[in-house]
Amino acid sequence: MMKGLKKWRLFSLLAVLTVFLAGCGQEELSTLLPAGQVGKDQFNLLLLSSGIMLLVIIVVVAIYLIALFRFRRSKLGEDHIPEQVEGSHTLELVWTIIPILLILVLAVPTVYYTYKLGDVSAMGAVDDEGNPENLVVDVTAKLYWWEFEYPDLGIVTSQELVVPTDEKVYFNLLAADVKHSFWIPAVGGKMDTNVENVNKFYLKFQKESSGLKDGVFYGKCAELCGPSHALMDFKVKTLPRPEFDKWVAAMQDSKDNQVVANPQGEEIFQQSCISCHANSGVGESGAYGPNLASFGDRNRIAGYLDHTKENLVEWIKDPQKHKPGNTMPAFKDQLSDEELDALAEYLMGLSVEK
Amino acid sequence: MDLNKKFTPETWPDHPEKATLEAKNKFVGFWLFLGGETILFATLFATYIALKNSGPSGFGYSTKELYELPLVFVMTMLLLTSSLTSVYAMYHLRNYNFKKMQLWLAITALLGLGFLMLEVYEFTHYVKDGFTYSNSAFSSSFYTLVGTHGFHVAIGLVWITLLIFRNAKRGLNLYNATKYYTFSLYWHFIDVVWVFIFTVVYLMGVIG
Amino acid sequence: MSSVAQKKGFGATLWDWLTTVDHKKIGILYFLGGGFFFVLGGIEALLIRWQLYKPNNDLVSAGLYNDLITMHGTTMIFLAAMPILFGFMNAIVPLQIGARDVAFPFINSLGFWMFFFGGLFLNISWIYGEVPDAGWTSYASLSLASPGHGIDFYAIGLQIAGGGTLMAGINFLVTIINMRAPGMTYMRMPLFTWTTFVASAMILFAFPPLTVGLFFLTFDRMFGGNFFHHAMGGNTIIWEHIFWIFGHPEVYILILPAFGIFSEIFSTFSRKRLFGYPSMVFATVLIGFLGFMVWAHHMFTVGLGPTANAIFAVATMAIAVPTGVKIFNWLLTMWGGSIKVTTPMLYALGFIPSFVMGGVTGVMQGAAPLDYQLHDSYFIVAHFHYVIVGGVVLAILAATHYWWPKMFGTMLHEGLGKVTFVFFFIGFHMTFLIQHWLGFWGMPRRVWTYMNDQGWDMANLISTIGALLMAVGVIVLVINVIITSVKNVKVSNDPWGDGRTLEWAIESPPVFYNFPTTPLVRGLDTVWIEKMEGNEAGYTAAEPVKDIHMPNGSIIPLLMSFGLFIAGFGAMFRTETSWGLPVLIIGLAWTFVCMAARSLQDDTGYYIKKEELLRDMKRKGGQA
Repeated sequence: MMKGLKKWRLFSLLAVLTVFLAGCGQEELSTLLPAGQVGKDQFNLLLLSSGIMLLVIIVVVAIYLIALFRFRRSKLGEDHIPEQVEGSHTLELVWTIIPILLILVLAVPTVYYTYKLGDVSAMGAVDDEGNPENLVVDVTAKLYWWEFEYPDLGIVTSQELVVPTDEKVYFNLLAADVKHSFWIPAVGGKMDTNVENVNKFYLKFQKESSGLKDGVFYGKCAELCGPSHALMDFKVKTLPRPEFDKWVAAMQDSKDNQVVANPQGEEIFQQSCISCHANSGVGESGAYGPNLASFGDRNRIAGYLDHTKENLVEWIKDPQKHKPGNTMPAFKDQLSDEELDALAEYLMGLSVEK
Repeated sequence: MDLNKKFTPETWPDHPEKATLEAKNKFVGFWLFLGGETILFATLFATYIALKNSGPSGFGYSTKELYELPLVFVMTMLLLTSSLTSVYAMYHLRNYNFKKMQLWLAITALLGLGFLMLEVYEFTHYVKDGFTYSNSAFSSSFYTLVGTHGFHVAIGLVWITLLIFRNAKRGLNLYNATKYYTFSLYWHFIDVVWVFIFTVVYLMGVIG
Repeated sequence: MSSVAQKKGFGATLWDWLTTVDHKKIGILYFLGGGFFFVLGGIEALLIRWQLYKPNNDLVSAGLYNDLITMHGTTMIFLAAMPILFGFMNAIVPLQIGARDVAFPFINSLGFWMFFFGGLFLNISWIYGEVPDAGWTSYASLSLASPGHGIDFYAIGLQIAGGGTLMAGINFLVTIINMRAPGMTYMRMPLFTWTTFVASAMILFAFPPLTVGLFFLTFDRMFGGNFFHHAMGGNTIIWEHIFWIFGHPEVYILILPAFGIFSEIFSTFSRKRLFGYPSMVFATVLIGFLGFMVWAHHMFTVGLGPTANAIFAVATMAIAVPTGVKIFNWLLTMWGGSIKVTTPMLYALGFIPSFVMGGVTGVMQGAAPLDYQLHDSYFIVAHFHYVIVGGVVLAILAATHYWWPKMFGTMLHEGLGKVTFVFFFIGFHMTFLIQHWLGFWGMPRRVWTYMNDQGWDMANLISTIGALLMAVGVIVLVINVIITSVKNVKVSNDPWGDGRTLEWAIESPPVFYNFPTTPLVRGLDTVWIEKMEGNEAGYTAAEPVKDIHMPNGSIIPLLMSFGLFIAGFGAMFRTETSWGLPVLIIGLAWTFVCMAARSLQDDTGYYIKKEELLRDMKRKGGQA
């Protein structure tokens, strides 16, 4: 690992390129500001490949420009008949071999990182006492929301992934309806959630999200999945391990120990919402609708709307208006304004962090 | 091209199927077409291999229990024999012996028909067992692979029947010689595909 | 059957075009059909860019946006780029090899009409109101879940059009194998002919998988199949494999003829033999071969495992080598030449840097772990538009200007041509260069809108302005076409003055039998050789004037394709209407009857008499 890093120092010239590439982008979702080992590995490959490719472009453009300026007919005269050269074996050999060498320079780290990033052998590992050594999260992608189950911890959440920093987090990825793709650009590359098989990969989160603009990293669905594909965002909260453990404990406690900000709202929830949405963080994946145990802690409503009570009421009234094609029914005719208000207040109060 | 030009076995060219430019074009074009067909069947085979024995949860059909090997063996024999009879027909085509060629082609067609009827019987039998097209991914891929082959056999039968009747009165010329010849190429191709189906689907399904 | 221009009524002219089997006319039909769909796909592209010019825009709805991207991709690939290239292949390749027609004129016509009706079928979805919406890749889980008939239009329409493409591929292969003039050995064939040859071979092997894939999709959606229904044991990844086993070679099917076009143009306007011709041919064949070995690089994130990803990553990078060889050979063709910057040459000059950009970003994505980041982001959108627009579309525009006089007998205006280039070229880079960064900044592709405050606003605005500039370029081209067609100033055999290949040795446009006498080919760039030796006619006859065998026109191809078109509607509405099944059966039966009629008809064509040819030649001043 350290050796690998040292190798990269050889390419310090590429630092210039870094500035060029990183000219913009926001740190909560830019692949150019990687916040974890996977993303950094991929960024290094980006620098290496861009460097090689820039070299190719410079050579081509140089020859091109010289040829274009030197051999214009306007200079050579209308009647000039150039020599009909057939070719040159030496030259042709040169521009076959040099690209092969360049490709090799790129191919070796490519293969290395392919295996490195594809290594999930530590996923099921347990220590001497039988406790899992690594955090595993089961991700289920649904139209158009994300469910995150922590099978070893007995808790489940949705829309906002909460993970500890500075350790490998392993993911089981599956889609419940159509294919989606799980992508946290700032932390590492994506992997598809297929409908028929579980994909496994890992990411490493090496920056606390609390310092970011919204306090979260942005996650995206990267595979066209229907009308609201563009809105299938999720957020990622990264916490230091002790805080993460606290969050887990609070989640585990949320079944018995719930904040009820509005009793009328809770009643409505029990009547109208509970068949699809759980308000306890204890459980497994497989719910019809997103788990709402930590709803009040979240950053967005439905993954993308600002986290305000007004937006929440609007959403419950007519979800199709905001996210066409999602499976939640409209409640504008079922619930009065007053009831909606109470329900929203109750939901905004659901919290494990306060 | 003169369709009425009369030949004798002596003036008949050695390779009547590619004696003119048009014939050569058809000859080469048909080979290429068969190349494309090979890829088509390869895709169907790959899909079948990926999906065989695969169905909804609690799926009760498997290649081992389903297939009727003796019946399929008879079908195989019929089709292999028909390939042989079409070779005889081509022998007579080369020798400008129209009547014998027609006869052997008719036999080829009858053998092909026998194959097809047995295949229809086989499919009905499976369907009666509940193994319908929509039953599972396995059934869809099985019927599509074997059925596409069967469809090719049916097309071949219509083709050769039309050829036999269309030319019955006027005999061989350099125009229809190519048609007869490409039909025989097609028929051999179908036969080869069947050999693969017999091996990959049936033998490997029951024994492997 | 004289070639003397006769005044024909509108009806007769129409009938002539509907029944034509003349490769030059079919070429023009392909060109016009493809051009129409190109404009349609362009309008769709503009709507896409207009929707994205600012965050939270509501020009189109989420569903309509997906319709637009799906139809834009499908239309541009299947109904615009390929048919237009087929147009040039049809119009030019037989001339380049000294042939009087293609090997199968009837099938050539059938291929065109199947493309036409397939394209029509696909686009009727707009009128019907249920449009394909699962992307041009139509990944199975989404395409099965898509409600309405949208995907049915996609599956059946492409099936019909794809059948036509397969026929065209076989036709070109046989034409090039069998119909070359005396002396036109394989290693003397112009590079456009070579690339047509290799692209056709790729069609032959790439389209059957598409046929099968679309068949599966059709049966899953309409006839109770279970290939992709995973609850029934099906597997959606099979679709992805099949689609890309077709889809990747498809990209090379498009780009190889583009390479051929630019090879002709570089050589012509540098007044110099193509540098390293044998290695150019070899590189073409190698690209064609490797094109089939790399499909899974579209699926790096699907979860095939590190071994598969590593193998396909390295194989993908390998393609850069023969492509690089081509680039350097073009540069060295210019080197030491006498470069005249005509409009076609301007496109060729624009192509080099644009395509190199597209090529290198392709290699970057070939690095599998890096692709995990770039895949399905705007980076890939930028990449394939650099290849397809920077390669294929620039080639199409170049060829339009280059071969216009040969196809239509008049020159496009050079000044307006250059104006088109400037707008299109600047617009193109403006639209797509910035999209690489949008990808880096985390913007996924195929999103119908985006929230503000993610740092994407300005880049999207720039991109949209670029798209408008491209549209201006195309409009100028259309104006150019109209003006020159109205003026219709006739041009000579070789209006560029530097023609090197056989098409420049005959009239513009050529008589319907192309060559009064079959030419004798004396080397690569045979016309150049003849001209250098003082033979102004440009070619030597290989044989004395004699009767020419020509095929008869036929309406059957149109009728046959129409039968499939009708059957398509039957299949689509089979389960929900009482007329569906009968219409399906009638349509297929109709097609079959047409086929049988053709088979039983014994249409062996006709002869143009020697005397008639001599009369023609005399009238034109006794050339040849």
